[in-house]
Amino acid sequence: MGAAIIELEHLTVRYQELVAVEDVTLRVESGEFLAVIGPNGSGKTTLVKAMLGLVEPTAGSVRLFGRPPRDLGRQWARVGYVPQVVHIDPHFPIRVFDVVLMGRYAQVGLVRRPGKRDREAARLALERVGLSELGERQIGRLSGGQRQRVLVARALATEPELLILDEPTTGVDVGTTEGLFELLETFHEQGMTVVVVSHDVGVVAQHVNRVACMNRRLVAHGLPTEVMRPDVLECMYGGEAALVGHGDMPHIVVRRERSAEE
Amino acid sequence: MLEILSYGFMQRALVASVLIGTVTAIIGVYVVLRGLAFIGAGIAHASFGGVALGFLLGVNPVLSAVGFCLATAWGIAWTSQHAEIREDTAIGIFFAATMALGILFIGLMGQYNVDLFGYLFGSVLSVTPRDLWLTAALAVVVLSIIGLFFKELLFITFDPEMAEVSGLPARGLYTLLLSVMALTVVLSIKVVGIILVSAMIVIPAASAYQLTEDFRVMMALAVVIGNVSAIAGLLLSYRLDTASGATMVLTATAIFFASAMLSPRRRRARS
Repeated sequence: MGAAIIELEHLTVRYQELVAVEDVTLRVESGEFLAVIGPNGSGKTTLVKAMLGLVEPTAGSVRLFGRPPRDLGRQWARVGYVPQVVHIDPHFPIRVFDVVLMGRYAQVGLVRRPGKRDREAARLALERVGLSELGERQIGRLSGGQRQRVLVARALATEPELLILDEPTTGVDVGTTEGLFELLETFHEQGMTVVVVSHDVGVVAQHVNRVACMNRRLVAHGLPTEVMRPDVLECMYGGEAALVGHGDMPHIVVRRERSAEE
Repeated sequence: MLEILSYGFMQRALVASVLIGTVTAIIGVYVVLRGLAFIGAGIAHASFGGVALGFLLGVNPVLSAVGFCLATAWGIAWTSQHAEIREDTAIGIFFAATMALGILFIGLMGQYNVDLFGYLFGSVLSVTPRDLWLTAALAVVVLSIIGLFFKELLFITFDPEMAEVSGLPARGLYTLLLSVMALTVVLSIKVVGIILVSAMIVIPAASAYQLTEDFRVMMALAVVIGNVSAIAGLLLSYRLDTASGATMVLTATAIFFASAMLSPRRRRARS
């Protein structure tokens, strides 16, 4: 059993009347590659925001590297985060390399200039996502998938131990999604702990080693083969999953759902 | 033409134009990229209240405008963060309220002050040595703050949410940006005038935006365009006997349309 990276204990998050996450207890260990899946509005995003301390728990507790997330201070650099909706102006006059370098700004400290080591880390991060050649490109002159990788590189620039991505494949095609998950798999093989929120059940099952199914509550959590069962999917997706969920192999469930979407 | 530079008032006008052409262009880069043009106009109109207050109390109008504009900038930032309203609504409220205060102050003076209209429309040729020192001091403050927080201001302009998530004090930096903008407005009003100062902030940066895809290059180009507009505007206004502020703004506008037509980058379909 690895060291606990994220510990949620009876976590509940409420936005006024709406209960987004209810009584979730979940432990993410070092070296896991966890997918948080579930339908829209199932509290996936709220769950990762709570992990990061970006929303306050209404009840229960969150620990990140053994501490409340807001108390991480300089250790914040151990976490890389790629948010769901990024309001980036594609016409902004900025180059890919400078966007990646921004990932290190907080670490560099106020007023200080990024040094040689920071630039080296940004260069390396860009190399890790396979975009070394595009450092000088303006941010808008990229495909959707490339832009997504730049944001992953920005999250990697602090050389984090934990990488959290919220719906990184929204709005990109299946091939790009597959490529991104292969990339995340290599990070995982290099020892990084990866948490990815996705509604793309299909791709997820083939790459991750843990799945957490959310539908406000944690419906199931475990190995993909344990979790991706028709009854669990039905609990999350209702009738829709029952329609596609004939057969025992998760792959079959998955593939049919994908082809049904296309 | 150059012999006019032997006059003291013309030398001061030239130095003031260069200072203003530089500072407004730099602040304008953030204004254009973050979509803050309306705040710029709002703060500029707030300076009317500040200048009127200065005349009423008998203090230097530039100093009273500094206080007034900073208070307005902070008021806009605070209101949009704490009241459940959009920022443009907050600006709309402050915009009108500060103008109304200015009109009230003028009424209390009991007489129309000719100098006040110099502030409304700008009068670069009447810049005194004292005005110039004040302008230079404000310019140094503005440029130092931008120099110190260059990378932070870039981050909050490009991606404010991620800047905050990554641990930078994004709200404080935003308030700092608005404060610097307020100082820029104040240091420019003597030359360009309250009504036109937001144009000098927006137009050089908007022109530079047409011509490059690099942030630092955009800033450098904006400074060049700001200075060309200010100096050419000054000389033209002297030659043609037209209002200096208006001539500078129209020169900048001409440069903007030329840049928009020459722009190599804007016309791409992808967004």
